Amino acid sequence: MSEHIVSPKVYIVIFASLMLGTGLTVWAAFQNFHQYNIVIALGIATIKATLVVLYFMHARYSPGRTQLVIVCSIFWLAIMLALTLADYDTRPHDITLAAPQVFYCV
Amino acid sequence: MSNTPLTPDLELPDEHYLNATYGSGIRSWLLTTDHKRIALLYLASVTVFFFIGGVLATMIRIHLLTPGGALVTPETYNKLFTMHGVAMIFFFLIPSIPAVFGNFLIPLMIGAKDLAFPKINLLSWYIYLIGGGFVLYSFSTGGLDTGWTFYTPLSSVYSNSAVTPAVIGIFINGFSSILTGLNFIVTIHTMRAPGMTWFRLPLFAWAHYATSLVMILGTPVVAITLLLAGLERMFHLGFFNPALGGDPILFQHLFWFYSHPAVYIMILPAMGVVSEIIPTFARKPIFGYSFIAGSSIAIAVIGFLVWAHHMFVTGESTYAALTFSFLSYLVAIPSAVKVFNWTSTLYKGSISWDPPMVYALGFIGLFVIGGLTGLFLACLGLDIHIHDTYFVVAHFHYIMVGGAVMGYVGGLHFWWPKITGRLYPKSLSQFAAIILFVGFNLTFFPQFILGYLGMPRRYHTYPPEFQVLNVLSTAGASILALGYLLPMSYLIWSMRYGKVAGPNPWPATGLEWKTDSPPLTENFHVTPEVTWEPYDFQNRPDLGLAAGARPLAPAHGDD
Ligand code: HEM
Ligand SMILES: [Cu+2]
Repeated sequence: MSEHIVSPKVYIVIFASLMLGTGLTVWAAFQNFHQYNIVIALGIATIKATLVVLYFMHARYSPGRTQLVIVCSIFWLAIMLALTLADYDTRPHDITLAAPQVFYCV
Repeated sequence: MSNTPLTPDLELPDEHYLNATYGSGIRSWLLTTDHKRIALLYLASVTVFFFIGGVLATMIRIHLLTPGGALVTPETYNKLFTMHGVAMIFFFLIPSIPAVFGNFLIPLMIGAKDLAFPKINLLSWYIYLIGGGFVLYSFSTGGLDTGWTFYTPLSSVYSNSAVTPAVIGIFINGFSSILTGLNFIVTIHTMRAPGMTWFRLPLFAWAHYATSLVMILGTPVVAITLLLAGLERMFHLGFFNPALGGDPILFQHLFWFYSHPAVYIMILPAMGVVSEIIPTFARKPIFGYSFIAGSSIAIAVIGFLVWAHHMFVTGESTYAALTFSFLSYLVAIPSAVKVFNWTSTLYKGSISWDPPMVYALGFIGLFVIGGLTGLFLACLGLDIHIHDTYFVVAHFHYIMVGGAVMGYVGGLHFWWPKITGRLYPKSLSQFAAIILFVGFNLTFFPQFILGYLGMPRRYHTYPPEFQVLNVLSTAGASILALGYLLPMSYLIWSMRYGKVAGPNPWPATGLEWKTDSPPLTENFHVTPEVTWEPYDFQNRPDLGLAAGARPLAPAHGDD
């Protein structure tokens, strides 16, 4: 394993950013951005998680193969989210729509 | 029964992993880091769960002898099939072949001394025991009645059974699976002997590589999902319960994102076993090596894209259903590639009917039926009719019992001489394989008809017109039970009284057969160097087969 030494300064900066992100999340929770509420909350959380993975988990200094593994797992997560959302997004929002009809003609 | 004709009087090696002494007695087992001993620890523990699951299955079948239900109350019936499913799927079938044979064989097959992380390997067994302990606690204090699928809000709100310890147990057990997968992947990447290139890997190793990918990428999802259901149950956090702002269908998405790939955790290793057995007893290199290897990876990948075919009637969108139906058809292609390659390997082979081969041939037939009926179910229109009927039950038992368990028992017969150093009675074991095949079909084929006629699954009662088929099924289950008890008894018998096998009784081409039976703790006396292509019988004088001619000598001689 390659032992990359990270200076304490980096850790402090990252830690401060994470704290800032937490504060931002709390603040955002009390505002109403309507349909963007969840986008903003998840956006901040994603940035924080990325920082943790890159710096605290040393992904930034890891060999290419480790990075590939991380990218692949994120891709797998994306598959799960994308196909699940594909279901939600194509459901009829208008309840009166005769949704199951297609079932019977395929 | 005798050994290879060329080497009459064989003896067990003086020193091997079973009699090696490090520490005393039981401690040398409980603290071992030898992958072969850990495999045997797993063998013992999955057998316990197989027994528990088997007893529950027997009770289900006895209950269904009469339309009104012969044995238990409706509430208890729900617990029977749930606990049967949980024990069999999470604690027997998922760990069975990987944790027993994968553990035992992967280092031997690639010419390594052990797995990459021997201590983590032992840890995974303890995690399995702890997870299993929680689940047994749930079984014995109130039982579990949600179905092995734990659908919400039944599991998270309404069930009065011991759901919480069960989901905690399965959550914990997931880590055992993840660690096993991790160990296999790292081992196969980094510990291959000189000359053991990727395309000289045994297909069993390829199958386990693919399985490990599924274990690592899928298991965390089911673990978290069940934990969320548990949190909703314990602390009323709204994830899946609509009354709390959750979405019950989200649970099914997350659950099946793992649990469909999980069916490939069960079947891929069995396919690996069959890919080893077929060329050995056809005495021919396997047909289409790279296609079989590649199809394992393809199954692992495409298997992740089909999960919502379990949800066609739950209210998922029509477009999603169409997509998942199409993708489900796609996943059948790599499975079919394997079946065609196995049958092409048999073509013009010099086939011997040794017991492992009988199991492997049984596997192919039953897997084909299971796979093809999967395509029926993946058809949107037909699935409306047969969803949640006995047709589904028959489908997955054809694959999981007819396929995966058949592969497991076949593998047990194939590698038993390596594991114990001894052979078992040949005719008796061929007979057992046939009993298993007949009993299996009698148990589960009637269930296809029952389902098609409309008998729903998971009910404690049924209309009287379904009784004949149910009685047939129960009769078949009794024969099937004999098919499992027979091998259990003669294999145990053989550990003491079986003829000594020698290093390579069949003979087979893999590296594991080039060391003693049973192997020594370090596996090989000297690190082997691989200079031959996989499954090549022609250029392997060390196998002791007649030079040039197509070898015909059956492994057991004439008994
Ligand atoms: C050839 C590929 C396969 C296809 C297209 C397929 C398709 C399906 C479909 C559509 C269902 C849902 C049926 C319903 O509930 O209405 C189903 C259920 C099931 N299949 Fe398969 N299947 C395949 C292979 C497998 C394999 C390899 C296994 C196991 C090793 C398996 C195990 C199961 C199980 C356990 C269920 C029922 C789960 C439950 O609801 O309890 N299938 N299959
Ligand atoms: Cu499925």
